[in-house]
Amino acid sequence: MENLLNIFVRSIFIDNMIFAYFLGMCSYLAVSKTVKTSFGLGIAVVFVLLITVPVNYLLDNYVLKAGALTWLLGEEAASIDLSFLSFIMFIAVIAAIVQLVEMIVEKFAPALYNQLGIFLPLIAVNCAIMGASLFMQERGYTNVGEATAFGLGSGIGWMLAIVGIAAIREKLKYSNIPAPLRGVGITFIVTGLMAISFMSFLGINL
Amino acid sequence: MSDKALFSAKNLQLLLGPLSKNNPVLVQILGICSALAVTAKLQPAIVMALSVTAVTAFSNVILSLLRNTIPNRIRIIVQLVVVAALVIIVDQVLKAFVYDISKQLSVFVGLIITNCIIMGRIEAFALANKPWPSLLDGIGNGLGYGLVLVTVAFFRELLGSGTLFGFNILNYDCVKAFGYQNNGLMILAPMALILIGLVIWFHRSRNKDLIEGK
Repeated sequence: MENLLNIFVRSIFIDNMIFAYFLGMCSYLAVSKTVKTSFGLGIAVVFVLLITVPVNYLLDNYVLKAGALTWLLGEEAASIDLSFLSFIMFIAVIAAIVQLVEMIVEKFAPALYNQLGIFLPLIAVNCAIMGASLFMQERGYTNVGEATAFGLGSGIGWMLAIVGIAAIREKLKYSNIPAPLRGVGITFIVTGLMAISFMSFLGINL
Repeated sequence: MSDKALFSAKNLQLLLGPLSKNNPVLVQILGICSALAVTAKLQPAIVMALSVTAVTAFSNVILSLLRNTIPNRIRIIVQLVVVAALVIIVDQVLKAFVYDISKQLSVFVGLIITNCIIMGRIEAFALANKPWPSLLDGIGNGLGYGLVLVTVAFFRELLGSGTLFGFNILNYDCVKAFGYQNNGLMILAPMALILIGLVIWFHRSRNKDLIEGK
C-alpha cells in the first residue's frame, strides 16, 4: 500500500508528464486557453490513462514479453518474444479504448461528452497516453496495482499542469508582452518556469 | 514526368517552406512532445531528427497511395497502424546499428508514433495530394523539425556540458581561468522549454507576419 502511494505521488509531482518529460505538449498548448475546457480535457486524460496503463500492462506481461505466453501454450512458448510488437499493440489498445470511452461517455454522460467535443477522439494521439504505457513497460512495475497507480498519478499530474497553465494564460491576456512572444512563445517560457518550480519536488525522498 | 516538373517552384516550396516560414515546431506548434526531451546532447537530437524525417516521409507516401481506398471513418486507426509499423522498423534499425543512442532515446523512439507532426501532415497534406508532393512535404517537415531540434541541442550541449558531439569545446583550464562555468541548468528539462520560447521569439521577430494578435 505504501509502495502504491509512493508511485502515485512520484508520478504526479516528480515525474510529471509535462514538466519532466514534455509529453502531451501538443494538446497542452492548443487547449490551455481557458480553465474550463482544459479541466474537461484533463479529466478525459486521467480517465483514459487510468484504463489504458493497466490494460497495456496485462498485455505486455501475458502476451508480449519474452516467455510471457507460457501460461497459454506451455513450456515450448518460453522462447517466444513478441516485444518488438509492443508499439503497434499499445497504440491499437489505446485507440480502441478511446473509442470505447467515447461511446460510454456519449451514452451515460451526454453533458460531459458535449463539453469535451473533439478533444476526446484526439486523446488517442496524445503523447502522454502512449508515453505512460511505454514508461510503464520500461520501468518494469511488478503488478497491476502499481501500473494503475502510475497511470492515475500521471493523469492527475498532467491535469494539474494544464489547469495551472490555463489559469496563468487567462491572466496573461492582460499583460503587456513583447509582440513576437505573444501566444505560444510566452506559454513556453512560463511552462519552463513552472517546470523549474516543480523541480523543487526532486528533493523529496519517498 | 520531366525533372523540371519534379522540382517545380511549387514542389520546391513544399520542401523548403517547412524549414522556416511554415516550420512545424515554431509555426504550426506540432511535435513539441519529443522535440524537447532528446535535446540535451547533439548526437541523439540528430538521430531523432533523421528518424522522424524518415517516418514522416514514408508515412506520407504510403497514406497518399492509400488515400482513395481508406474509408473516412476508420482513417485514424489505419494511419496509426501504418505509422506504428514504420516506427517499429526505425526502432529495430536503431537497436541494430546505434544501440547506445537507442538506449538514450528510450521511450521517445516509440513516441514518434504519437508525434503530432506525422499525424498532422498525413491529415492535412497526404490525404489530399499525390505521392510525390507528399514525399517532399514529409521530408521538408521532418527537416524543419530537425532544424529546431539541432538548434536547441547545440546551445544546450555547448552551454550545459561545454562539449559538441561529445568533443571538448569549453572545458579547458584557460577558459575556466576567466571564471567560466558550465551551466548545469541547461541540461535539465525546464531550459529546453525556455530555449524554444526564445527561438520562437527570435523567429517571429524576423518574420513579423507570424506574430499573434492580442
